[in-house]
Amino acid sequence: MSAATKAIEAGHIWTFPGGIHPPERKEISNQTPIAPLPLAQQYTIPVKQHSGAPGEVLVQVGDKVKAGQALTQVGANNGLPVHAPTSGTVTAIGPGMIAHPSGLTDTVITIEADGNDEHVAFEPLANYTEISRAELLERIKTAGIAGLGGAGFPTAQKLALQRPLDYLIINGVECEPYISADDRLMREHAQTIIDGTEILLHIAGCEKALIAIEANKPEAIAAFEALLDKHPQLSLRVVPVKYPSGGEKQLIQLLTGRQVPSRGLPIDVGLVMQNVGTAYAVAQATLQGKPLLERVVTVTGENVAKPGNYWVRIGTPVAYLLEQCGFKPEPEQRVIMGGPMMGFTLADLSVPVVKITNCILVPSSQELAPAQDEMACIRCGACADVCPAQLLPQQLQWLAKAKDYDGLEQQNLFDCIECGACAYVCPSEIPLVHYYRKAKAEVRNIAREKAKAEVARERFEARQERLEREKQERLERHRKAAEARKKAQAEAVAQGGDNPQDAVQAAIARAKARKAAQAAAAEQQNKDGDDA
Amino acid sequence: MTFKIAASPHAHQRRTTQQVMRWVYLALIPGVLAQTYFFGFGVYVQLALALLTAWAAEGIAMRLRGRPVAHAWQDHTAIVTAVLLAISIPALAPWWIIVMGTAFAIIVVKHVYGGVGQNLFNPAMAGYVLLLISFPVQMTSWPIPNELAQLQVSISDTVSLIFSGFTQAGYNLEQLRMGADGITMATPLDSLRNDLNHQMTLSEALSKPIFGELGGIGWAWINIAFLLGGLVLIKQKIISWHIPGGFLVGLLVPAAIYWLFNPDQAITPMLHALSGATMLGAFFIATDPVTAATSNKGRWLFGLLVGFLVFVIRTWGGYPDAVAFAVLLANMTVPVIDKYTQPVAYGHGGRS
Repeated sequence: MSAATKAIEAGHIWTFPGGIHPPERKEISNQTPIAPLPLAQQYTIPVKQHSGAPGEVLVQVGDKVKAGQALTQVGANNGLPVHAPTSGTVTAIGPGMIAHPSGLTDTVITIEADGNDEHVAFEPLANYTEISRAELLERIKTAGIAGLGGAGFPTAQKLALQRPLDYLIINGVECEPYISADDRLMREHAQTIIDGTEILLHIAGCEKALIAIEANKPEAIAAFEALLDKHPQLSLRVVPVKYPSGGEKQLIQLLTGRQVPSRGLPIDVGLVMQNVGTAYAVAQATLQGKPLLERVVTVTGENVAKPGNYWVRIGTPVAYLLEQCGFKPEPEQRVIMGGPMMGFTLADLSVPVVKITNCILVPSSQELAPAQDEMACIRCGACADVCPAQLLPQQLQWLAKAKDYDGLEQQNLFDCIECGACAYVCPSEIPLVHYYRKAKAEVRNIAREKAKAEVARERFEARQERLEREKQERLERHRKAAEARKKAQAEAVAQGGDNPQDAVQAAIARAKARKAAQAAAAEQQNKDGDDA
Repeated sequence: MTFKIAASPHAHQRRTTQQVMRWVYLALIPGVLAQTYFFGFGVYVQLALALLTAWAAEGIAMRLRGRPVAHAWQDHTAIVTAVLLAISIPALAPWWIIVMGTAFAIIVVKHVYGGVGQNLFNPAMAGYVLLLISFPVQMTSWPIPNELAQLQVSISDTVSLIFSGFTQAGYNLEQLRMGADGITMATPLDSLRNDLNHQMTLSEALSKPIFGELGGIGWAWINIAFLLGGLVLIKQKIISWHIPGGFLVGLLVPAAIYWLFNPDQAITPMLHALSGATMLGAFFIATDPVTAATSNKGRWLFGLLVGFLVFVIRTWGGYPDAVAFAVLLANMTVPVIDKYTQPVAYGHGGRS
């Protein structure tokens, strides 16, 4: 065992550069147990809620569906299914608002609830170790499980990578302020999360799991400490409070001292990470046969009367969720999906809660003051001091404003995790992350345009080549045909037949004779006229 | 109802540029008080003139550039420039000195290069160097410390001197700067340099009345006061320790080595530390974020360079003090320092 591995085993916690300590404000929402949200009348389920292609729609308008019934099919390109969150009738399939910062629409399936909340028969599994890994993966896939931590990467896809693994890391850090969904889940369902972790270990063919929790969640830590004695494969790691210690790359650095290579994956350094919510969902899918129908959502901020955590069905409109929590909007209210650091604002509350929605934050303008005017950068370097990726944010900002895309690549723009620490500390209130997102989109666009142009060029060149080739072939054909004809003639003449050339000569001679005769006749006529 | 759209992060630390700048000029207060104590009220007149000029110059420059004027006044960067320049020049210098220097600093050094954040050179120091080169007499005529002065200068005399060149009793600045022996007194650094250049030993040079136990009378305490203010800035995380630390190491280590080899012909490290603009330079001038290096490693190198240049110029150069020149020279090297001290980004092979 190497020294580094020994240190990991001993529970050493490394550190990562930068980071910030924003007010945590978790006490607003983490005081009460997770409460079930009363059934809504209508649900809108986007067909794509994960990173990958949407599955093919299986239902039609007018169909009766039950909770847990698949609405779309497991498809190619990481296609994950979505399920009916309750029983009712499909009333529409078409474009609808989705939870995306762009405010764009996508295909959504609208279900009018019948209030009975009947569900399809779930198929529990007594002993998961008896069925094959492939079957387990299939079960997770058909349950529609995508990473619940935020990225929405299909979980089965991540587990299917057959590469040597040192550790499975279960991420219960939840470093973003205000959010306490994972905190409450860990306090109340530690055993299920542990079950899920063991299933994940089994599927991944990995020996050991590290469960990471931030030090500001003593109840969750105690819940796991009480149970982990019986699970030697699992060990608990308490990480110090600092944002963004729950970022995948930062947590890997904290627990193992390793760094995921730029543009690489955790598996490149022998690690795979899953969120505690995902572990819970995996246990539910495997042991109970329950697909992903609901998740814990933190509703918080000073403008809700009943902040807390709720079991919310996927597809529940945000408007309904907030209404149930006593939402009192103020003028210019911001409704943030996600936390104050990385969440995005919603313009329209008909947007549904989806698999990756962990928080709805409705702050008052006192607690989270709206952004001030952007002032000039004074190069103070506060951003560089807090950047966990060790980038130079102010340099990136100049380059982004100057649209210097080569410079941006040189300064490793794509290693930015958009955690927002730089913009948080910027005394000039420059919306740095906004500039980086825009620059990233532009760089991607340029790459796409370039690829397109490359394809177009290849196509054009191929066409030119084809036309040239066809021309050459045509000429060659003509030449061959002419040769063949000549040869045939020559052969015919040689065999004593009529030479077609003779006929031509004869015709020419005839024509000449006729012309000569005509000329003579005309001359005669002229002479006669003169005489007269 | 539609809701407000905003870009993440939605949380923001409430420390604005204005607050950063306010901390900087508030931390200068101990030093300014010490200056007042030793050199009289002139510094307040200079401060008032500098602030007025900076305010007007900022307004004119922003208007000429077609930018919102109030925006520039809000960030308080011009206040810092004005204050730094006002406390760097002799307290009884004529009024047009500070007006010209401040106007040049704001309009040419800052706005011609694109305004706040864009200037290559520290505006206050560029203004100072312009004045020093153009008006060497006025810029080196520091009043003598109050405790050595033959004539005490009242507030009204101070104003009169600055605006007309004479006190109400008709004395000019040269007369006020004479000691009991009738010889004009130089600043401690100036006097030391001259005496050492004239083959006096250090102890002989230090026997002049302008020197006390710590160093030059007044100057030592003023430096200690600026040091205190600077430590407050570090404590408040307005500046990092890298630049002042580098500055002092870059100045004092070579100075100590040089002094160990020439104990009679060199200024002691202690005198270096507590003379001239050492502490003001280390904590308030070299730390101007706009014109300094940006990474911590870069800041450290930048500080070392400024400190070393101060040592070199003080020891062999043509000017008694050197903070302004050293800072401007180091400003020029910042792009190179930044280029070679870029930290290794996460996932690019660096160590944890």
